[in-house]
Amino acid sequence: MEFEDDYPKPSWFRMNYRALWGRAYPRIIGANREPSWVFFETFLPILAVAAYVFIYKAWIPEPTMAELMIGFVIVGGAMTAYWMNVLWSMAAQLYWEKEMGNLELFMVAPVSRMSILGGMALGGMFTSTVRAVSTIIAGVLLFGVSLTVQEPLYLVLIFIFTMLALYGMGMMFASLYMMWGREAWHMSILLTEPIYLASGFWFPLKGFQYMLGQPGFWIGVGASLIPITLGLDGMRQCLFGTEMGFFPLWLELAVLIALTGLFIFLARLALAKMEELGKKEGRLTLRWQ
Amino acid sequence: MTMIPNAVEIKDLRRTFKTKAVKSKKELVTALDGADLEIKEGELFGLLGPNGAGKTTIIKILATLLFPTSGKAEVLGYDVMKDAYQIRKNINMVSGGETSGYGILTVNENLWMFSQFYGIPGKIAKKRIKRLLRVMDLEKKADAKVRTLSTGERQKANMIRGFMTDPKLIFLDEPTLGLDVNASRLIRDFIKDWMRSKTGRTVLLTTHYMMEADELCDRVAIIDQGKILACDTPANLKRLVTKESTLKLEIRKVQDISAFQNIKGVKRFTYDHNITAGITKLNFILDDEAIVADIVAEVPKSGSKIVSVEKSEPTLEDVFVTLVGRGLHEN
Ligand SMILES: Nc1ncnc2c1ncn2[C@@H]1O[C@H](COP(=O)(O)OP(=O)(O)OP(=O)(O)O)[C@@H](O)[C@H]1O
Ligand SMILES: [Mg+2]
Repeated sequence: MEFEDDYPKPSWFRMNYRALWGRAYPRIIGANREPSWVFFETFLPILAVAAYVFIYKAWIPEPTMAELMIGFVIVGGAMTAYWMNVLWSMAAQLYWEKEMGNLELFMVAPVSRMSILGGMALGGMFTSTVRAVSTIIAGVLLFGVSLTVQEPLYLVLIFIFTMLALYGMGMMFASLYMMWGREAWHMSILLTEPIYLASGFWFPLKGFQYMLGQPGFWIGVGASLIPITLGLDGMRQCLFGTEMGFFPLWLELAVLIALTGLFIFLARLALAKMEELGKKEGRLTLRWQ
Repeated sequence: MTMIPNAVEIKDLRRTFKTKAVKSKKELVTALDGADLEIKEGELFGLLGPNGAGKTTIIKILATLLFPTSGKAEVLGYDVMKDAYQIRKNINMVSGGETSGYGILTVNENLWMFSQFYGIPGKIAKKRIKRLLRVMDLEKKADAKVRTLSTGERQKANMIRGFMTDPKLIFLDEPTLGLDVNASRLIRDFIKDWMRSKTGRTVLLTTHYMMEADELCDRVAIIDQGKILACDTPANLKRLVTKESTLKLEIRKVQDISAFQNIKGVKRFTYDHNITAGITKLNFILDDEAIVADIVAEVPKSGSKIVSVEKSEPTLEDVFVTLVGRGLHEN
C-alpha cells in the first residue's frame, strides 16, 4: 500500500482549522440523527419559559412592564441553552472522550488540543443555537413578544464575545473535570442553582439592586464573572432598551472581551496541566487497553 | 555502508504506577524495570510477552501518552519528553479492542473525522479511506454506523484510521486481539504488504501470539516483568534454544543418496529405506536453515521425487520457556 497522492504539508493554521471542524462535525451530524433530540432540545425549554411567562402575566399588573419581563424571560430562556450546554456537556466532554477511548487518539494527533476542544465547543454551540432559536421563535409566535433591535452592532459583538468567553470557560471546566474527577464535580454542580439565580436568567440583573440595594449590586458584580451574566444583560439592553441595564453597554462589552481572554488563557493552562498530570500519573488513557 | 537511523531508542527505561490498593494503602507497581531497545527505521519489530509484561506501557511512552519515570526514550530521533509534537507528526497508533469514534457516525464519517486531525485535505482523505476500505474488505460497511460493527469489522476500521495518515512509524498494540482466523490473516497480510511497498516505514507491534511474532516480524524482543530478555530475529532467537535446525525429507525412487551428504552445511545426515513402499526417509541436521533450499534442489538431480518435507524447529514459545522458565500463556 502506497499513497500516490502527495499533498503539500498544511500550515499550522490549516491543520488546526481542519481539526476544529473535524471534531465539531459529529455533534452537528449526530444532532440531526436523533429524532428525540429535537423534542428535548426545543419543546422542553419552551415549557420552562412558558411557566415564567404565565407567572409574570398573572402577577405583574402593568401590561407594559409584564411584556418587558416576558421579553426578558424569552431571551434568558434562549441563552440558558448555552449555559446548560457548557455546564453539562462541555465540562464532562474530555471525561467521556476518555471513557470512549477517543482522548488518547486526540492526544497523539499532531494538532493543538485547543482546536479539538474548540471543535467540541463549536458543535455544542450549534446544537444549543437550535434550541435558543426555537425558544425565541416560540416567544414571538406564542407569547407575542416583539423584539426590536436597537443596537445591532453591540448585539452582535456582545453575543460573539459571550459565546467565546462562555465556551472558553467550558473548555477550562473540561480539563478540571478530568483532573478532579466526578466526585469533586458534584460539589460544584451544587453551586449551579444559586449561580443560575444570580446570573439573572429569569429577571434582569438589576433586579437584585432594586430588591436588596447595595448588596444586590455586589451580587450582580460577582455573577458577572460568569460570562453569560453580562452577555444576557447586554443583549437585553440591545433588544428592550437600556433603562434596565446593569452597566453601560460599552463596559459590558469590554468586560466580556476581558473574560474571553481570561477564560481562553485559563483553559489552555488547565489543559496543559491536565495533560502533564495525565502523563505523569498514567490517567490519559484507558487502563485495560 | 550507510547507517540506518533508529526509529526507536530506549535506554534503561523505567515506569512505576501508584495504585490505590485495598484500604487505600498506596502500592507501587513496576511496569518497566530498566528496558533497553533499539529499533531501526524500516523494521517490522515485535514485542512479545505475557499479560502485564509492560508492552502497552512501552507503546504509550513512545506515543507520547505517558511519561517515563526515568530513563531515555527517543522516537525518530526526538525525545518523548521534550519533542512530543515532532513525534506526533510522524506516528499513529492502533490498539486491539479499541472502541474509538462516535457510534452515531458511520465508518466513513468517523474515519474522515480522524483524518482531519492530521490535516489531510478532504478529497485526499476520502480517496485514501475508500481505498483502504477496499483493501480491508470493509466496503460494504462504509455507511454503517460504527456501533453496529462486529469486533473484527471495528478493528479493521481502526487499522484504516491508523494507516490512512501514512505514518512513518506506527504502533500496533495487539492488532489481532480477539479476531477470527480470516480477519487476523487479512490484517497480518496488510501489515506485510505495508512494509514491502515503501522503504523506511517502521512498525512496532505487540503480541502474545508467538506465531504472529514469528511470521511477521523482522526482529522480536521478548519482554517479561518490565525487562527485555532477548532481542533478535525470530530465527536467531530460536537458535538460542537449539543451535541447529532439523529437516525431515521423504523421497521416492532414490538412486544415490551420498550426494546429500556432501552438501555444505549439512551437519548430520541419517536415512532409512522403506523398500516395500519405495520411499526413503532422510533426516538432516543443518547449520543454517538456508541450506534447506540446497537440499530440496538436490532431489531431482538424484533422479528422485519429494513425497513430503518437514522442517522441525524450536518455536518462539520454546525460547520464551527457556528464558523465563514458564510458558507464554501460563502465569
Ligand atoms: N495506569 C496504570 N495504573 C496502574 N498500573 C498500571 C497502569 N498501566 C499499567 N499498569 C500496570 O503495569 C504493568 C504492565 O502493564 P502493561 O499494560 O504495559 O502490560 P502489557 O504487556 O501490555 O499486558 P497485556 O498483554 O495484558 O496487554 C501491569 O502490571 C499493569 O497492571
Ligand atoms: Mg497491553
